[in-house]
Amino acid sequence: MIQLIDVSKTFHSRNGTVQAIRNVNLEIEKSDIFGVIGYSGAGKSTLVRCINLLEYPTSGKVLLEGIDLTALNEKKLRRQRQRIGMIFQQFNLFASRTVFGNVAFPLKYKGLKKREMKEKVCSLLELAGISDKARAYPAQLSGGQKQRVAIARALANDPGILLCDEATSALDPQTTQSILKLLKDLNRKLGLTIVLITHEMSVIKEVCNRVAVMDKGRVVEQNDVFSIFSSPQAQITKDFIRTTSNLPRIDELMEEKSSIVQLKDGERLCRLDFYGAHTKEAMISWISREYQVEASIIFANVEVLSDTVLGSLIVILSGSAANQNSAVRFLTDHDIRVEVMKSA
Amino acid sequence: MPEILRTWLPHLMEYSEEFWRSIEETLQMLLLSGLFSFAAGLILGIALVVTREGNILENKVIHQIIDKAVNLFRSIPFVILITALIPLTKLIVGTFIGVKGAIFPLVVGCTPFFIRQVDMALTDIDHGLIEAAQSMGISPLGIIFRVYLKESIPALARSTTITAISLLGLTAMGGAVGGGGLGSFVIRYGHNRFYQDITYVSVIVILVLVSIIQFIGNVIIKKTSH
Ligand SMILES: Nc1ncnc2c1ncn2[C@@H]1O[C@H](COP(=O)(O)OP(=O)(O)OP(=O)(O)O)[C@@H](O)[C@H]1O
Ligand SMILES: [Mg+2]
Repeated sequence: MIQLIDVSKTFHSRNGTVQAIRNVNLEIEKSDIFGVIGYSGAGKSTLVRCINLLEYPTSGKVLLEGIDLTALNEKKLRRQRQRIGMIFQQFNLFASRTVFGNVAFPLKYKGLKKREMKEKVCSLLELAGISDKARAYPAQLSGGQKQRVAIARALANDPGILLCDEATSALDPQTTQSILKLLKDLNRKLGLTIVLITHEMSVIKEVCNRVAVMDKGRVVEQNDVFSIFSSPQAQITKDFIRTTSNLPRIDELMEEKSSIVQLKDGERLCRLDFYGAHTKEAMISWISREYQVEASIIFANVEVLSDTVLGSLIVILSGSAANQNSAVRFLTDHDIRVEVMKSA
Repeated sequence: MPEILRTWLPHLMEYSEEFWRSIEETLQMLLLSGLFSFAAGLILGIALVVTREGNILENKVIHQIIDKAVNLFRSIPFVILITALIPLTKLIVGTFIGVKGAIFPLVVGCTPFFIRQVDMALTDIDHGLIEAAQSMGISPLGIIFRVYLKESIPALARSTTITAISLLGLTAMGGAVGGGGLGSFVIRYGHNRFYQDITYVSVIVILVLVSIIQFIGNVIIKKTSH
């Protein structure tokens, strides 16, 4: 378990001081895939680099399973660092070494026999799905392959934690998917705790179970991913979530007065948000049957987060006003949030 | 064959023994002072880089001392440096003339140049590699040998080539003020007596030496770049 207690980091440079992170408190449980999201300059990298003390916090404590890393001497800190692997956006592979040599790098002087070393490296390459490139040099690999090598190398010390600083930001969407899948597999197979920095909500949605949202050096919100998506609190979180769905298009359409959102007399344009158990029930056909309220769907967005469904519909309701009111009450009673966006 | 040479290169043939000896002396000066400069330059160059602000063994005092000393020595023209060093040379090696007396000033003249070359080569290493090694818990000494030096072998080979060629130039200048070697050979006969054949053949010898150094350098660079 990783705990950050009231951690702040201030950089002093010639052109002034920057408070990169301010009074951050975080707890990351074992086997979490913990996402850190925020805009550029929010302090995400600094925060994560404070976990393995590549950056020394100006104040505060960093606890790794109860051990305060900031209180250790250099030598003890190096031993603790071996329990925390790290991968980077730019891969940081050693160009002068082969793939095998890169993965073997942290294992040297560990007292392994040559054969043991070879077996260890091969099993790591296998784990990362890059066994076939053992003899290649980094310059001969694609970005996705490089990141796999970096992952194999970061796992060589058998760390319990893997820090990922925008590990997929230099990769195309498909390769990003395959790397995220690999991280998920490692999390499941090894119980690896993963801390993952990103500026894309879609990445969080894909793999994380918890997330911290950062803004100007502060963690403005942290929660499990489902709660973040279903009831975001901070404005910045809402903005990030908007980027993952097509629902915001409705605002544009309303502004453009598109024919799709033109309402006839007595119609209402509504947004329905639902999650959890009720989603599978046919609410729409129910209200049409029971209340003679027709709902035509304009937009739909359904997410599956940690095996729970989170969905939103934009619909046009038509029917008598009284019936519509009953239908809305019915939906609300069934934990569906109804927002009337426009009525005619 | 000897007849043709005697016709075209009369003075060179007359002083051929001295000619061969001066080549030997040049090579001696090049190798010995090169070896010392390489060792001293590498150690001090590494020290200069790793003590720089934000680096693995940050140390302002050591960094500033090396940095300023390098600038100071690099700004003194070599002929003046040799002369200024005479008392110290005498103290250290017992004489300030001949090949023996030339080695020390050559090392002093060449090392700062090589330190800067090492500085450039090592500073070129992506800082991300250093951080990756740090995140694995590698010690500073491990980082120096297994990251800085290992990753910059091609760049260091290039620096060494450039330095060796410039050192060859210094040996000729050292010769001019009593060091021996091709430099003093050409001064004595090519310059003072205007034996042009001696001058031009010496130029060719120097060109050949430079080409050999460059060739070896290129082979190493090619073999170590991936
Ligand atoms: N070594 C440093 N010296 C001075 N300022 C720094 C240093 N590292 C980071 N900063 C500053 O701290 C702030 C946070 O930087 P950080 O790299 O943590 O942001 P980030 O959220 O990772 O951004 P990005 O998404 O662009 O990577 C920025 O204003 C940055 O300029
Ligand atoms: Mg960053």
